[in-house]
Amino acid sequence: MNIKHPKHALAATLLLTGTFVAQAQERYFTRTGYIAFFSETPMENIEAHNYKVTSVWDASTGAVEFAALIKAFEFEKALMQEHFNENYMESNTFPKATFKGTFSGVTADQLKKPGTYTVEVKGDLTMHGVTKPVATTGTIVVDQEGKVKAESTFVVSPEDHDIEIPGMVRDKIAKEIQVQVRIDYQLM
Amino acid sequence: MRQLFIVALLGVATALPAQDDLLSLLGEEEEDLVVLTDASFKTTRVINSHSLENVAHGVLDFKIGHRFGFLNEGFNEFFGLDQATIRLGLDYGVTPELMVGIGRSSYQKTVDGFVKYKLLRQCDQGCNMPITLAGVAAMSMNTQEEEDLPWYDPTVENYFSHRLAYSFQLIAGRKFSESFTLQLMPGLVHKNLVPDSTYAHDILNMGVAGRIKLTKRVAINAEYFYVPPDMLEEGYYNSFSIGFDIETGGHVFQLHATNSTGMFERAYITETVGQWSEGDIHFGFNISRVFTLHDPKAKARERIREQEQGEG
Repeated sequence: MNIKHPKHALAATLLLTGTFVAQAQERYFTRTGYIAFFSETPMENIEAHNYKVTSVWDASTGAVEFAALIKAFEFEKALMQEHFNENYMESNTFPKATFKGTFSGVTADQLKKPGTYTVEVKGDLTMHGVTKPVATTGTIVVDQEGKVKAESTFVVSPEDHDIEIPGMVRDKIAKEIQVQVRIDYQLM
Repeated sequence: MRQLFIVALLGVATALPAQDDLLSLLGEEEEDLVVLTDASFKTTRVINSHSLENVAHGVLDFKIGHRFGFLNEGFNEFFGLDQATIRLGLDYGVTPELMVGIGRSSYQKTVDGFVKYKLLRQCDQGCNMPITLAGVAAMSMNTQEEEDLPWYDPTVENYFSHRLAYSFQLIAGRKFSESFTLQLMPGLVHKNLVPDSTYAHDILNMGVAGRIKLTKRVAINAEYFYVPPDMLEEGYYNSFSIGFDIETGGHVFQLHATNSTGMFERAYITETVGQWSEGDIHFGFNISRVFTLHDPKAKARERIREQEQGEG
């Protein structure tokens, strides 16, 4: 582009700014996402809830990221929470769990009208300093008011993330932990 | 004009961060989340003394404290194992900051009670508080038969108030790292009855305690209480204790060596008869078992569950 005239420059600037704005409108985010996990064994059922999950999803590319502060998981028993942080997740060393991946199966345009879409979720989950691939399906619901909600469940294994479980409590902690994710996205 | 264009281009380019770091778009706001430091000690006692920790809100802690006899009593007393001094206690977390407790010791058949309140709480993130500060107010009451009282004298009238003693303590400490915690405990023990007017009713003391975590579930604890020599009655010494904390899920076992017999403030701070240098060492243990009586977050969880079902 050869810009000799001020008008051209102005046009170029507007054009570029315009694409930026358009792109920004396809990004969704939350700071108050919800992640819960459930460990079920005949000995004991354990669950924990985190209401402060952050996520950004760029619907134009499908790229999505999540971060959950480990210390923000709330347990029924205070001692479980302490042990979860201190002995299992070592949250002072590894304060966050993150997921970087993609949602595929829904376009940015589809999100502008009400509907329910099934998406494939693929990416890498980093937890306790260990990164493992995760693949699951999720549901995106756009309601009548245009609010975008995402939901998914998947399974993680403590062993895959080098989370050591001593023999004494091995019967009380499930080998496969069910994880539930529920996000109310907002436009960025 | 060309420069303007370049500036505009640069502006746009910087406004579009790399796609692989979407979360950075949210900035650092999540750092506002306050994360309080926890697990400075495995339990609410270092050994005899209070630690920086309280039991959690709604949690009841049943404590069994046990001290065998002195190690130097020799084979006939099986190195102290023939004798036992115990304290049974119940602690409860009324709020996240307030804890109350009662106990009954075999040492002079004493009942004790305390209130412990966290005035300041150290946090890892979201506030700038570097220390935890707690206050403990405790009271103890000797319930022995009159003739059994250590100060019993048939020619002197005994008042109920003679059986009472009080302790006030500040606990200031910091969890410096995952493995190291240190606390200072300036305090005062008030005894309603002392042998004669040359002794102080108010006994100042300074405690220091710390722990070093060896593994995720095992730590070494130690504590020492200094009392100015002119305030200590004759035949009594400063208290020093050292031991291990071993955590096994719902229980914490503390195994230790100490020269103190009693397990409440008046007894271990001002009435320690043992001397480490003479081998007057008690082997002892504390067992702590917690029960969640009340779950303060249950209602909030229930509400969210109902909300989800309403939507679903």
